[in-house]
This record gives sequence, C-alpha cells and structure tokens, in this order.
Amino acid sequence: MAESKSATTPGTGRLARFGAWIDERFPMTKMWKEHVSEYYAPKNFNFWYYFGSIALFVFVLQIVTGIFLTMSYKPSATEAFGSVEYIMRDVEWGWLIRYLHSTGASAFFIVVYLHMFRALLYGSHRKPRELLWIFGVLIYLALMAEAFFGYLLPWGNMSYWGAQVIVSLFGTFPLIGDALIEWIRGDYFISDITLNRFFALHVVALPLALLFLVVAHILALHEVGSNNPDGVEIKKHKGADGLPLDGIPFHPYYTVKDLYGLSVFLVLFAAVVFFAPEMGGLFLEQPNFEPANPLLTPKHIAPVWYFTPYYAILRAVPAFLNTQVWGVLVLFAAVLLLFFVPWLDRSPVKSIRYRGPIYKTALMVFAADFIMLGYCGLKPAVAPFTTMSVIGTIIYFAFFLAMPWYTRIDSHKPEPARVRM
Amino acid sequence: MRAWPRVAALFAFSLAGAAQAASTGWPLQEANTDVGSLASLQRGARNFVNHCLGCHSLQYMRYSQLAEDLALTEDELRDNLMFTGERIYDPMRSSMPAAKAHEWFGNAPPDLSLITRSRGVDYVYTFLKSFYVDATRPTGANNALLPNTGMPNILAGRQGEQLPRYQQQAGADTKPVRHLVGLDPGAPGEMTAPEFDGFVRDTVAFLEYVAEPAKAKRKSLGVWVSLFLLMFTAFTYFLYQEYWKDVK
Repeated sequence: MAESKSATTPGTGRLARFGAWIDERFPMTKMWKEHVSEYYAPKNFNFWYYFGSIALFVFVLQIVTGIFLTMSYKPSATEAFGSVEYIMRDVEWGWLIRYLHSTGASAFFIVVYLHMFRALLYGSHRKPRELLWIFGVLIYLALMAEAFFGYLLPWGNMSYWGAQVIVSLFGTFPLIGDALIEWIRGDYFISDITLNRFFALHVVALPLALLFLVVAHILALHEVGSNNPDGVEIKKHKGADGLPLDGIPFHPYYTVKDLYGLSVFLVLFAAVVFFAPEMGGLFLEQPNFEPANPLLTPKHIAPVWYFTPYYAILRAVPAFLNTQVWGVLVLFAAVLLLFFVPWLDRSPVKSIRYRGPIYKTALMVFAADFIMLGYCGLKPAVAPFTTMSVIGTIIYFAFFLAMPWYTRIDSHKPEPARVRM
Repeated sequence: MRAWPRVAALFAFSLAGAAQAASTGWPLQEANTDVGSLASLQRGARNFVNHCLGCHSLQYMRYSQLAEDLALTEDELRDNLMFTGERIYDPMRSSMPAAKAHEWFGNAPPDLSLITRSRGVDYVYTFLKSFYVDATRPTGANNALLPNTGMPNILAGRQGEQLPRYQQQAGADTKPVRHLVGLDPGAPGEMTAPEFDGFVRDTVAFLEYVAEPAKAKRKSLGVWVSLFLLMFTAFTYFLYQEYWKDVK
C-alpha cells in the first residue's frame, strides 16, 4: 500500500494522506489504475468505438431523469396519465426531464444497435470475448423488458393497447397460455394492478439487473481487453515494460476522445429533445396523448420503433395448426440466436477488414434487412409489407443460421501482426 | 367478463392486418399556426372561452399559467377570459355536467387539453372548417372530416353555411352510392373566408399552446443549448487533438 501511495499521490499533503487512508481500507487507487488510468486500450479505435461510453452515459441519464420523474409520477390507473401532464406543466423543468427520459429511451436503443453492429463488423464477440458478448445480449434483453414496462407507465391509449398485444403473445402458448397472461397482468385485463407491477419492475427490478449486467460487461471487457478495428490482440506484442506496444492508457487518451464523441452525441440528442421530442410520432406516438381507453382501440397498433423489426418478424409467421404460437416462438428464436453468434462465426479472422466478400455482403444485407423489417413493423400488415416482412424474416434467420457455412467458405486476407492507425 | 377472447381476437386481427379502421379520406388542410405569436394565442384564447369552453374543458390548463404565458395581468384575465366563479389557480373546466352532455349530444364533448397532440393541428383546423348543412342530423349539421359528429356547427354564424356537393357512384352491388366530394359556400356569415380562416387558425394555435405550454420556451431554449453544445464540442475536439498528438 505504501508504494502505491507514493507512486500516485506524491507529497504528504492532507489530500494525499486522506487518499492513503482510504487505500489502506478500500482499493480505490488500485481500481482507478486497473480500470481507467492503466487500462490499456488499442490506439486504433475508430468512429464505431464511441457507442459503448455513450450507452453508459445514456444509462446514467435514464436513471437520473427516472428518479426525478418518479418523484411526481403516480402509478395508478386513475392518476397516471394526469400525473404525466402534471409533470409536463406544473413541475419545474418537468417537461425537460420527461423529454430527456423519453428521448433517452430511443437514444439508448440507437446507441446499443450501433454498438452491436460494431461487434459484428470487427468480430468483437469472437474468442476470448464470448462472455463479454453474452453479457451484452443480456443487457439488450433487459433493456427491451425495461422499455416495454416503461412504455405502459404514461397510461396513454397506445401504452395500454401495446401492452395488451405484447402480453397476449404469452397467451398463445398451449395449455398454460391463459394462466400465464393472467399471472403477468395480475388481473383479467391490463389494469391498475398491471400498471403497479410494471412500475415496480421498471423502476427497481430491471434497473438493478441492468446495473449488475453493465458492471459484469465492463469487468469482462477489462479482463480480456478491448478488441479493435483490426481484430488483432494487442497483448501479443508487449514492450520491455510489459505494456502492449499498441495500447494506450484509457485515461487520459480515451476519456478525452470519448468526451468529444459524447459532445457530438449531445448536440444531436439536444436537437431532438428541444426541437422534435415526438420525432414525428416515432418517439412519442400520437394516440398516447389520449388516456388509456379499454373500449377504444387505436386505429393502428404498432410498438415503438425499436421493437418493430421483431414485431415484423412476429407478424410474418402465419398461424398454423390453429394457433399463433409459431410467430411468438420465431420471435423469441430471433432474439435468442444472438447468444450463439460467437460460435456461429467460423472465419479465421475477426475484422471485416480482412474478411472476404461473402461476409461483407452478408453483413450489409443484414443491416439493410433489419432496417427494412423495422419499417415494415411500423406499417399495417397489408401488401406489400406482409411480403416484405416474410422475405426480411428469412434473410434475418439466414444471416445467422448460414453463418457457419458462409464464413468458412469465404476468402480472407492475412491479418497484420500489429494494429494500423 | 373474461377479456382474453377479445384480446386474442385483437391479436389475430393485428396479425391478419384487419385492424385498420376506415378513414374518410377527407384531405387535411394545413393549419399554419404560429405558437410563438402572442397575439395569435391571445385571440385564440378569447375565441376558445367564448365559443368552446361552454362544452369542452381544458382540464390540464390552469388559468394562472395561461395568464403568465400569454402576458396577461390578473385583471385582464378575470375581465376577458374568466366568466364563472373559478379561482385563478383552477383548471379551465367546462361547467356542463358530463352526464347531461352525454344525454344531449350522444357523447360527452371531449377534453381538448391534448387534442392537437393526439390528432394534430391540421386535423383540428380542418375539422372546424368542414361542417356542412345536413338536415338528416339532429343538430342540422354534419362534418366531412368526422362524419356524424355529435358536435353542432357552432361557428356557422361566423363562417356562413357550407353546402355539400355529392357525386353519384356505383357501389359494389351496382346500386348508386352518394359520395361527399366537396363543400360549397351557402348563405354568408359575419366573416369573410380569410377572416374565418384566421379565426380558426388562432383558435387552433391556442390549443396547440395548451397541449404543450412549454413548446415555445423549449424551442427558444433549445437554440441556446445547441449553441452551447456546439461550442463545447469544439473545445472537446481541440482537447482530444491536443492529447492525441503523441499517439502515433
């Protein structure tokens, strides 16, 4: 302990002595070094590497704004809708807090989707980072649950009917279906009881789960070290001092770089919050400005945009043997497939820079397909969107299921030994 | 009653794509409101309390907030906009009893606090301009945008009458079907057409303000926030460049 004190906090001022006092009782300096000042990250991170820290920022933003919203929100079927309007009108800066939270939800998904796409670009899920990827997929799942529960809370008509449709998915399971949805809702319909339990899950259970998973995700990252756009391990080439030759300390290099990335993100984020918080009905939907009405179905029920690719997949699967359960199973399969990506990918190289034309094409087609599915999910299930959804679903599954085959036969270029800037 | 069969049916509908309700297809006209114009909002507030508040509440809008945002003194507020015995911190409620309203109109007049956010300003603007004479309706009026609305044409005196123009078309069963294709001016009202458009525009602008009182503030503040963030971005960029000079 004495050495570390003299190494990091030279001098014998009060502050240094206080730091030493803590270090003797809690590994403060050790953790700071391990995770920040002496965490060596590859020096060749590009644009795609901003989204991890931005996601962390949005997570904190959601928690902080969420705490303030909770101070004025009433989780009750008779008061919820009015309390949101109370926040928008009578609470000091309430409108800003709410728009930060509602825009933050959409921003979280945009950032997470880009972060996941980065992993597919540079093979960040490949050995030895499989567990890191799995924690990431679990975060994505928890985030979907968090967003779904949160969407009911404003108790608008789209909140109500959206929850009605999603909860009814579980009713398609044979034998247990009816009992299962009753158990989820705690009632025979979406009611005050459902709202209360969704509130509990949204503000306590899932944030806790997310926090735990985010910590696990970062610990796993710092254990194996970051991947990079070249997909080569910087730990293979160390200098005489035992530090990776292509690595630079996270602080100050990536703290300042990520701060720059974050400010660019904030410019775009603020533009939405202040000038288009509804985002043309994508982030805040028009029917949600009417209170929940069990007797009045919105003209067209669609989930919020970040769920629509999976909603399109759900609708693409026809009923068969007198049950809709197949669509639900395919929907779950579509999400669960993500867990297996590290093992589905059989390419000898990680980064798209050294992969052959097949994977490059497959990934671009997949990205376009995901966007197309999202678009179809926003639209009513009529031609041509029904056909597009079916084709989109087939491409979605083909990307993953055929991956072991096409990544093996694909050509590749030799990886460099060291990273390129 | 078990709700599950209904939910299951809904789910099946949404899968089959049958959940689309029929829409009238009546084209929306652009409201071109200016929620930043204080004069327009003040005129709209006057229009609303004189013509709408009798039946429609603004349950989330307080008089005091209105006075503050529309730059009215308490006396101006009381003299021009408050006609019943409310206190200034009360929300703007209609004094019509909901049960009676239901009896009279078949449907209680909806609260309009958020109408421009749930339907859009163009919808409300077009709705108010699309009443026409229809003797078959109990109120003597119908609406092209919202057929068979329970709302009477309370603005007829200002706008003047509008007469329906129909077109006969062969229906699916070859019987002729009458389609409403346009509205023609009938007996004139107190206002010219452009005056009436302005009257409706002000009223809709007021409702747009009511739906989100912070809207004008949000936009003006947003300019400063954006400028600050752009400057902040420039600083963080140079900081990043400075630190990264030695990374090669």
